[in-house]
Amino acid sequence: MPDGAMPVLEVRGLKTVFHTRGGSVHAVNDVSFHLMPGELLGVVGESGSGKSVTMMSLIGLLPSPPADVQSGQVLLGGQDLLKATPEELRKVRGARIGFVFQDPMTSLNPVFTVGSQIMAPLRKHMGLSKAQAEARAVELLELVGIPDARRRLKSYPHQFSGGMRQRVMIAIALACDPEVLIADEPTTALDVTIQAQILELVKELRQKLGMAIVWITHDLGVVAEIADRVMVMYGGQVVEQAPVKELFRNPRHPYTRALLKTIPKLGGQRGERLQVIEGQPPILGFPPTACPFRARCAHAFARCEAENPARRPVDGLPLSQGHDVACHWSPEGAEDPSQEAAHA
Amino acid sequence: MLTFTIRRLLLAIPTLLFISLVIFLLLELAPGDPMSQVPLTVPPEVKQKMREALGADQPMFFRYMLWLKQFFIIEPLHILGAITGIDLAGDAQRIISWQSRSPVADIIAQRIPQTLTVIGAAYVIGVLIALPIGIYSAYRQYSWFDQLGTFISMIGFSVPTFFTGVLLIVIFSVNLGWFPSIYDTTLKVTDWASFLKQVKQMVLPVSVLALYNAAQISRYMRSSMLDNLGQDYVRTARSVGMTERVVVLRDVLRNSMIPVVTVIALGIPTIFGGAIITEQVFKVNGLGQLLISAIHANDLPMVQTLTFIFAILIVLFNLIADVLYGILDPRIRYD
Ligand SMILES: Nc1ncnc2c1ncn2[C@@H]1O[C@H](COP(=O)(O)OP(=O)(O)OP(=O)(O)O)[C@@H](O)[C@H]1O
Ligand SMILES: [Mg+2]
Repeated sequence: MPDGAMPVLEVRGLKTVFHTRGGSVHAVNDVSFHLMPGELLGVVGESGSGKSVTMMSLIGLLPSPPADVQSGQVLLGGQDLLKATPEELRKVRGARIGFVFQDPMTSLNPVFTVGSQIMAPLRKHMGLSKAQAEARAVELLELVGIPDARRRLKSYPHQFSGGMRQRVMIAIALACDPEVLIADEPTTALDVTIQAQILELVKELRQKLGMAIVWITHDLGVVAEIADRVMVMYGGQVVEQAPVKELFRNPRHPYTRALLKTIPKLGGQRGERLQVIEGQPPILGFPPTACPFRARCAHAFARCEAENPARRPVDGLPLSQGHDVACHWSPEGAEDPSQEAAHA
Repeated sequence: MLTFTIRRLLLAIPTLLFISLVIFLLLELAPGDPMSQVPLTVPPEVKQKMREALGADQPMFFRYMLWLKQFFIIEPLHILGAITGIDLAGDAQRIISWQSRSPVADIIAQRIPQTLTVIGAAYVIGVLIALPIGIYSAYRQYSWFDQLGTFISMIGFSVPTFFTGVLLIVIFSVNLGWFPSIYDTTLKVTDWASFLKQVKQMVLPVSVLALYNAAQISRYMRSSMLDNLGQDYVRTARSVGMTERVVVLRDVLRNSMIPVVTVIALGIPTIFGGAIITEQVFKVNGLGQLLISAIHANDLPMVQTLTFIFAILIVLFNLIADVLYGILDPRIRYD
C-alpha cells in the first residue's frame, strides 16, 4: 500500500444508541477506523460487541427508531454519509458499498429468482437495460463460481445450497463494482469446507477486483489467513487495532490476549483445556465512563474504574500501519498500578 | 401444477359424495314431511299420490341416488338448457321445493343476483380497504394510524353484524333518513336514477359486511407484513439501495400476500352462505335468507341443495387456495 494514500473509507467518532422500551443500549461508542484502498480489515470481537451495528450504522441500514446514530463522521471519498440525504445514501448502498450478511439462507428473497435479485441493483444504479443487466448477472455468477450461470438466473434461492446462496449474495454485493465490501460474518452459517471455499473466493475476487473489504468474524483463524489489518472490538468500542502480524505477535490489550488464547492450537496437547474468557459481556445501558473490560480483566486497577481508556499508539507508526490500543495497562512489567499512574 | 390440480379435483369427488351422504342422512333423519305444508282439507289419498310423485315413498337409498342424479345431471342440464335455449333434460323429475312446489334450482337462480351484488360487493370492498390498511399499519407499527386501525378492526371483528346493522339503520335511515333500511329486491336498474337508488340501498348492508370483512383481512395483512418486514431479505434489499417504496410494495408485499391470498380465497364461499344475519336485518332476499326460510318451513330438498352447494363451494375454494399458494410461492411444488 503506497504511503500517503487516502483511505477509501474513514469513520470518526461513531456513536450509535438504541432507544428501546427497556432503556437505552449504547451499542457503538466512539468508534473510529479507516480502510485503505484494496485493504482487508478484519473486525473481531465477541457477540454483542457492536460489530454489526457499527457497519450498519455506516450506511443507515439500522431501523430508526430504535436506532439513533448520534454522532460521528463516515467519510466515503470525502462525502460524509451521516449527513447524506436518504436518496444520496441509497446511491451509495449497493453501488459504492456492498454488504454481505451472515445468513445466506434468509438473506435472499424467496419469491424472486436469483437473476432478478442480482439485476435489481444493476438496473437501479447502473441504468442497464434488461438485456445488459442479464448479461452482467451471468458474468457475476460466473465470477463467484456458480456453474451453468445463464440457466441458474431463473432459479429461486431455495434451489441453491447455503454455500451457493452466499456466492449469490456476494455477486449481488459486487454487482455494481463497489469500492468497499462489508462482509458481516459471511461464513459463520456455513459448514467448514464451504467456509474455506468462500474464503478462497473472496481472496480471489480481491485480487481480480481490488476493492477494499471489511470482514467481520468471530474466527481469529480466518483473520490470520486473509486480513491485512485487524480491529478488535469490545463493548461497543475499538480496544485494539494493528496490522495482522503485529497483532498476533504483540497483542497489547488483555482482551485481545485472552482472545488469542481461545484459539485451539493444532498439535496442541490433547485434553488441554481450551481457554475461555471468564465473566459476562458488559451491559451497555449507559455511556461508558470506565473501561468496559475491567470486570473480566486480570490486570484491572483503580484507574480502569475511573476512566475509560482512550486509544493510544503503541509504536508511533502512521495511521495505516500503526498499532494502537485502548488500555491503561501495558504488558511491559507495568502491572504495578502506582507505576502506571506515574507513567500517565 | 396441472397434475396436482387434476389429482385434487379427482380427490374432491369422493369428498363431495361423502359430504352429500352426510347432509342427506342428517336431514333425512330429522323429523319432517313433504306434505306438512299441504292444507288439511286435501284428502289423504291425494296426499299419498303427491308423495309418490315426489318419490318420497321410496326406500332411503333410492331417494339418495335419485337426489344425486337430479343434482348432478338433471339440474345442470336444465341450467344448460335455460342458457342455450335447447331442451336438454326433457321432462325428468327435478328437485322440487316442498314449500313453493317449483324447482329448487330456479328459486336459487332468482336469489343469487341479490346475494352476489350485496355480499359480493361487500367482500370486494372489504378486501380493497383491508389490504392498504394492513400494509400501512404494519409499515408504521404502533403509529396512531396503526392504533386506530387496530381499534376499529377490533370493533369490526367483535361486534356482531346484527348489532352494527341495526345501529346503522337507526342512525342513517331512522334518524338521518339518508339510506333506506330495507333492501328492495324488485328494483331494476334501468337508468341513472334507479342506479343511484340501487347504490343507496346497498350502502348500509354493504358497509356492515365490508367492515366485518375488512377488520378480519386487514389483521391478516398486517401480521403477515410484520412477519416479513423483519426478515433478513428486507435488509438485503435495503442494502442494495432499493427505495422504501420498492422494498415494502415489492419485496415484502409479494411475500406477505401468499397467506393473505389464501385467506381471501377461503373466505369467498362465505359470501354465499355466511351473510344470513345481515340479509335478515336488511331484508335482502338472498341465499342466506332463502336457507333460513327453508329451514323454518321444513323444506328438505331446498335445505339439502343449498347446504350441498355451500359444501361444494368450500371444497372448490380450498382447492383454489392451494393452487394459488403453489403459484405464489415458488418454494412449493406440488408434483
Ligand atoms: N434492534 C436493536 N435494538 C436494541 N438493541 C440492539 C439492536 N440491535 C443490536 N442491539 C444491541 O447492540 C449491541 C451490539 O450488537 P451487534 O449486533 O452489533 O453485535 P455483534 O458484535 O455484531 O455480535 P454478533 O457477533 O453476535 O453478530 C448488542 O448489545 C445488541 O443487544
Ligand atoms: Mg453481528
